[in-house]
Amino acid sequence: METILQAVDLCKVYGNGTAANKFVNLTVRRGEILGLVGENGAGKSTLMKVVYGEEAPSSGSLLLDGKPVRFGSSRDAIAAGIGMVHQHFMLVPSLTLAENLVLGREPRKKSGMYDLDRAVRIAEELSAKYNLRIIPWARVVDVSVSMRQKLEILKTLYRGARILILDEPTSVLTPQETDELFAELKALRDKGQTIIFISHKLGEVFQLCDRVTVMRDGAVIGTHDIGDVDRQTISNEMVGREVRLTLDKTPAAPGATALEVRDLSFVDDFGITMVDRVSFSLRKGEVLGVVGVDGNGQSELVRILTGHARTLTGSVRKGEEDLTNAPPRRIRKAGVAHVAEDRMTVGAALPASIADNLLADRYSEPAFTGGGGFLRRSAIQAEAKGIVERFDIRCSSPNQSVASLSGGNMQKVVIGREFTAAADVLVVSQPTRGVDIGAIEFIHRTILSMRDEGKAILLVSSDLGEVLSLSDSLIVMHAGRIVAWFPEASAVTDKELGLYMLGLKTQDEKEIRKVLHA
Amino acid sequence: MMDFLASVFGSSNYWFIVVRSTAPILLVTLGAVVTEQAGIKNMALEGSMLWAALTGVLASAWTGSPWIGLAAGIAAGVAIALILGLFALKLDANAVLVGIALNLLSTGGTVFVLFSITGDKGISSSLPSKVLPMVSVPLLRDIPWLGKVLSGQNLVVYLSAAAVVVIHVILNKMTIGRRIRATGENVEAARAAGIDPDRIKFFTLVISGILAGLAGCFLSMGYTSNFTSGISAGRGYVANAAQVVAGGTAVGSIFAALIFGVTDALATFLQSRGLPPELIQALPYAVTILGFVVVTLIRDKREAARKLKLFAGKDDR
Amino acid sequence: MRDGTERRKSPGRLGLFFTNRDALEPALVTLFAAVFSLLAGVGLIFLVSKEPAQSARNFLLGPFLRTYNIYYMMIAMVPLTFTGLALCIIYQSKHMSLIVDSSFYIGAVTATAVGIHAALPAGWHPAAAMLAAGTVGGFIGLLPAILKIRWRANELVSSLMLNYVFYFIGSFIILYFLRDRNQTILSSLPFRKTFLLPRLVPNTQLHAGFLVAAVFVVLVSVFLYRTKWGYEIRMIGANQKFAAYAGLSVPTVILYSHFVSGFLGGVGGAIEMAGLYKAFIWQMNPSYAWDGVIVAMLARKNPKFVPLSAFFLAYMRVGADFMSRRGDVAFEFITLLQGLIILILASDKIVNYFKARRLQRTALARTAEARAAGAGGAE
Repeated sequence: METILQAVDLCKVYGNGTAANKFVNLTVRRGEILGLVGENGAGKSTLMKVVYGEEAPSSGSLLLDGKPVRFGSSRDAIAAGIGMVHQHFMLVPSLTLAENLVLGREPRKKSGMYDLDRAVRIAEELSAKYNLRIIPWARVVDVSVSMRQKLEILKTLYRGARILILDEPTSVLTPQETDELFAELKALRDKGQTIIFISHKLGEVFQLCDRVTVMRDGAVIGTHDIGDVDRQTISNEMVGREVRLTLDKTPAAPGATALEVRDLSFVDDFGITMVDRVSFSLRKGEVLGVVGVDGNGQSELVRILTGHARTLTGSVRKGEEDLTNAPPRRIRKAGVAHVAEDRMTVGAALPASIADNLLADRYSEPAFTGGGGFLRRSAIQAEAKGIVERFDIRCSSPNQSVASLSGGNMQKVVIGREFTAAADVLVVSQPTRGVDIGAIEFIHRTILSMRDEGKAILLVSSDLGEVLSLSDSLIVMHAGRIVAWFPEASAVTDKELGLYMLGLKTQDEKEIRKVLHA
Repeated sequence: MMDFLASVFGSSNYWFIVVRSTAPILLVTLGAVVTEQAGIKNMALEGSMLWAALTGVLASAWTGSPWIGLAAGIAAGVAIALILGLFALKLDANAVLVGIALNLLSTGGTVFVLFSITGDKGISSSLPSKVLPMVSVPLLRDIPWLGKVLSGQNLVVYLSAAAVVVIHVILNKMTIGRRIRATGENVEAARAAGIDPDRIKFFTLVISGILAGLAGCFLSMGYTSNFTSGISAGRGYVANAAQVVAGGTAVGSIFAALIFGVTDALATFLQSRGLPPELIQALPYAVTILGFVVVTLIRDKREAARKLKLFAGKDDR
Repeated sequence: MRDGTERRKSPGRLGLFFTNRDALEPALVTLFAAVFSLLAGVGLIFLVSKEPAQSARNFLLGPFLRTYNIYYMMIAMVPLTFTGLALCIIYQSKHMSLIVDSSFYIGAVTATAVGIHAALPAGWHPAAAMLAAGTVGGFIGLLPAILKIRWRANELVSSLMLNYVFYFIGSFIILYFLRDRNQTILSSLPFRKTFLLPRLVPNTQLHAGFLVAAVFVVLVSVFLYRTKWGYEIRMIGANQKFAAYAGLSVPTVILYSHFVSGFLGGVGGAIEMAGLYKAFIWQMNPSYAWDGVIVAMLARKNPKFVPLSAFFLAYMRVGADFMSRRGDVAFEFITLLQGLIILILASDKIVNYFKARRLQRTALARTAEARAAGAGGAE
């Protein structure tokens, strides 16, 4: 088959100095579905942004139909027939689906005015032609996530895309919606469309793609025909080592309830119920894992528990204290630490020094603030140095700004602070995302030793291997609800878990209620 | 006092002044609305008005034509808006700081230019500048009471009414309107659709410059017949608050501008009652802040209710 | 492999102030902005003046040609230092309120009331006025903060409008409660003798307020960098989301940072009254807050550099004043230069030009290096 798109020795270095793509070579053939897989931060999204003209390559070249191209913006890429469906939808909430569809290439009346009627007609026609059902006159805020995705695909087709890039399109879909999407994509391919499918879910890649390219750490590791390769090989290429995690783990000795969570609900700005009456009890001395496909309410649940979002219903209690909709300050004072999922924008103040970051939750304690509000600088330095050493944060001094650290060391600053906090409940979100492999094991061991000290730990991670090997018991979330509770995480198989995560199976109410330990 | 207020609100003279004081605020508020819809804060509206007011006076004095004055004034207003765009969009400067800088250099800069030309720092009365004409509207002027309020106003007053229509059409009936909203609501979405957000923002800045320019010219060539230092009197800032009250729509801008206009005109009337003019002059600014607070309060309540309804609307388990 | 941070040399002589290039380069850009604005000023003079060489000389050198001009600069530094410090605090918290303008003005009005009516011994009298003016200024400073926290009102927009409100209220108070009706021009009743600050140098206007300003520079430096409140202000400035997440009460910090900022403005207004005047005679608001913006920006939000940048601005003002008195260029021309300074310093692309280029280069080099090393290993 002929090559339609090719990247040759492509490099992308960002302004802050991170090299997201290192001499990448990629070949896409006409009329195929190419899977692009790799873990978070492997450089898939950056590569596609370069292909789509959103980022300029730092060096290397891009060939379309054998000819070198240079896109100044996504406008150029669109004109060249490349379309992209982003992971986060590129839609304007207050406009209708039809208006979003034609955005950038709007139909006009003879008078030059915007032709809304024709926009709706175009939407209806395209929707029928490609069998992607949408409601043209509804506003984006009011329609389901899967319809928004169909709209995104239609948008690229409307712009005459020959190459369609889909960035993690299934992360927000239910299993049925995913199957539907795959059928639609295959139909598109059969009509001659070329599709690049970005994913970190191997199962889907095998289900959908013709070939697969694996990326790791900014570089392409290998490309295979789907028929010639097995999952183990790809998985090894993705992570670069055997996946199985082995941890010496003593059985948990759960104690009394540390955090009592009842009936939490959250509706996002688009009007979608992200958390739907979630209840559980977190006990001392246990790691309670929360699993689910990304976007099924785990992040929102954590935000409610840590004071960053307000619940519409229910309550959060820690012992005597009512922490429902309390500000983060009170929640921390009550002894709840929180490793935030978004470490760069929430978990750290990049322009501030390492010491300032490490002390942010405890600077006002008498040990660090003396009479009259004066900071005890030597005590602060000592504390910061201690954490820096214990967590092996590579820096020349704790007074260096966090922004000047490498990505992995920035992560350690956040982990270091939260793991040394004076708290008996820890809410841990994606503890090893973006952390280098050497540090992962250390973080895992620390979590377990804190558990053994009797702390209560809520662990949310999209790395299933991590949750399964660290957790004592497990909650599965789907569409904002708890759909299953497993008292013994080690006894659960991946397969069984998958069924719950995808919403294909739900435990009955009674079973789920046992997580209340009441 | 109540009797007095009743007589004021019943008088066509009062409402005539209301309309006249509302017009410039309406124009700048529309400008603030348009840029805000595109996601850029134009804090330099005050500066645009000042330069426009001065340039209009100078150009009309030199050429003897109020129309050339108007054109030059508008050009000056646009120039300031473009400088804001240049620094904020091309040099990654904080738009608000750029606004502060431009307002600072406009307050002093206009005085500097005025002095360099006339030798006077306060007022341009030594220049033979022209004023824009009053318009007596046929038919309208014959309507009892209402005719006295709406007819015989300065040309710019009618232009400001036209501006509401134009901005409404731009935002709602034209292609660019959808693009403006896309840029302001989700800039990534706009970019992904091949829209150049910077171009959209520059476009809205030009519009706001034109509107502020028009308003500035009105102040020095209609509302009064001279340029005086600080003639815009914070109307550019008021617009940035009124824009929130307007809720991002052209029609809402009328309401928002009226809040200022009604109190501003009231101040003129109350002064003649021997009340301390200082306190009364403070009134329009205070009332604008108050309006902002009330509108935000109402919107917050509505949004909370909407979310609760969306959730309650879900079927029970 | 060693990374860039370790490769950095130990700080040299400049290290006293700048520990690394990240701080040095913006400092150079700041210097550039200052020098560039002066050059632009000279250009402007040549554009409008009939005797440009003389005017330019008066502008650039005038402040140093006469002894009294040096004193004038020191006097002018005082209000600029106070508003500069006030805006350092606001900017450290990444807010943009200009309410200090009102705090300063109403501070002066408050001090006027105290200066006229309070019977206190010398020394205590101006101190009490400063305290009263600072407190009033602080509470005024709170208003935009409250509007921001409670109704998400942009603090700059609301502060600009409140500035009009307070200007009118201030002149109302002077006119109706403190006016000296025996004077033909607008003036308050005369201050008591005990209210006036002593002169530092006889036969000049240089007053003890200069020393008070110096003390406040130290106090604010200590407050921002040595106390937990300063820490909190810097943290919400560095990343407000992070500050909230780490358990700071962001609204509280916004409130007291605005209060402290307003307090400084109020004290500045009081000192201006007690130091320079015998009665309140301002016909309009001198609007030192706008100059404070530039002082704070030139100081890169750090109080210890405020005297330096206040001096620069005082130099510009005195130079422009000296020039305008002896020539045909209006004093207001410096606002054009001041605006230019803000424009340059607000532009991240200009300020971070060298840094961005350096980062990009080292990262590219490192990637190429790594590739070469990888290829070598495979052979």
